[in-house]
Amino acid sequence: MKFLCVECDRQMAFEDRQLPGDGTLAAAFRCPQCGRVVALLTNPMETQLVASLGVKIGGTTLPPQPLQTVRGMVATGRDDAFQEIGESREARGPIWSVEAEERLARVPGFVRGMVKRIYADYARQRSIAEITPAVMDTARGELGLEGM
Amino acid sequence: MPLNIRTYHDLTEPDRSGLPGQIGAQRRRVAERLATVARVVAVMSGKGGVGKSFVTAGVARALARAGRAVGVLDADLNGPTAPQLLHLHLASCTLHDGVIEPAVSAEGIRCFSMALLLEDGRPLAFHGPEAESFVWRGTLEAAALREFLADVAWGRLDVLLVDLPPGMQRFAELAELLAEPPPVVAVTIPPPESEEAVRRALRAARDRGAPCLGVIENMTGGPFSGDAGDALAREFGIPVLARVPFHPTDDVWDAIVPKVEGSR
Repeated sequence: MKFLCVECDRQMAFEDRQLPGDGTLAAAFRCPQCGRVVALLTNPMETQLVASLGVKIGGTTLPPQPLQTVRGMVATGRDDAFQEIGESREARGPIWSVEAEERLARVPGFVRGMVKRIYADYARQRSIAEITPAVMDTARGELGLEGM
Repeated sequence: MPLNIRTYHDLTEPDRSGLPGQIGAQRRRVAERLATVARVVAVMSGKGGVGKSFVTAGVARALARAGRAVGVLDADLNGPTAPQLLHLHLASCTLHDGVIEPAVSAEGIRCFSMALLLEDGRPLAFHGPEAESFVWRGTLEAAALREFLADVAWGRLDVLLVDLPPGMQRFAELAELLAEPPPVVAVTIPPPESEEAVRRALRAARDRGAPCLGVIENMTGGPFSGDAGDALAREFGIPVLARVPFHPTDDVWDAIVPKVEGSR
């Protein structure tokens, strides 16, 4: 999927991605020559199809988590399906605000560990000391974490 | 006046999304994970209910008895049975250093299956819009197969057996993910109805360039009449690897080992 500014005959560049939370996705692309911006809007089925490929429109800066697509998409997974062992990266921060912890607690156990790690990696990469609901909201959009 | 629009392949400027690059990275993860696996063998049949998973477990045990390092990837995501057939305890999967450890049977067989992840008795269901779910469900199942290959710490294996569901869709997905189509073992039962379904599957595998190691005729010596194993072997120029009765002894499975493991 690529976008072409027909007037300038230039390939448009990815600019921004937004996940309103209703299963749809908005991705904006800008012409590097004239600056015109167009938005790609996908319906829930189209959004799901892209997510099912395990790719992110706009790319991602974080390494994939093991079984990321399975853990993010399976609705009937066991809460205790996964157990993390070994050195915990949590010792190196960031900290979680009470509100962020409460929000995380509402994530199904099947995927909670992975979601926590993704947000922590996101915060570490950006030197964010404390994860708050606002940080989580920003990360969701930036990372394309629909449903997380 | 018609617009002069360049085509997709004409546009070669760097793109932050890099979707082909993301797909390429997924394939590399599979290749890197399987670099320590000497041989991937697909156990398939065009027919349901012929005992593919039973045969897979029997062959895996025989390989383990022969001292081979063997793994079983249960690619039947909607009807996973490998853990039960290998007598695995359904404990939590261990995440360690960014990979998932496979479950390991008492015989040392490494196994990964959707059954290890699902709630007891619940079907495999996905988050997502129910309307037109047929559009994305197959893609999601292919992604699950890819992640089972790439994200499970299979380690050094002589043989990784992939227990495929009925039909050929999952085989096509598997062949797409590997550097080359995997050798296949076809499983049939004696009746002609099974022969016809397995014939289609074998042709599909052959059309994709997959070598066929042979056919295993399962459930012999019982109520089923027919010679599907022999007929398929003759037609495709492949050996009958074994005729497996309803209550096979170890020697039935052990005879298959040299034919499945390939050159060592």
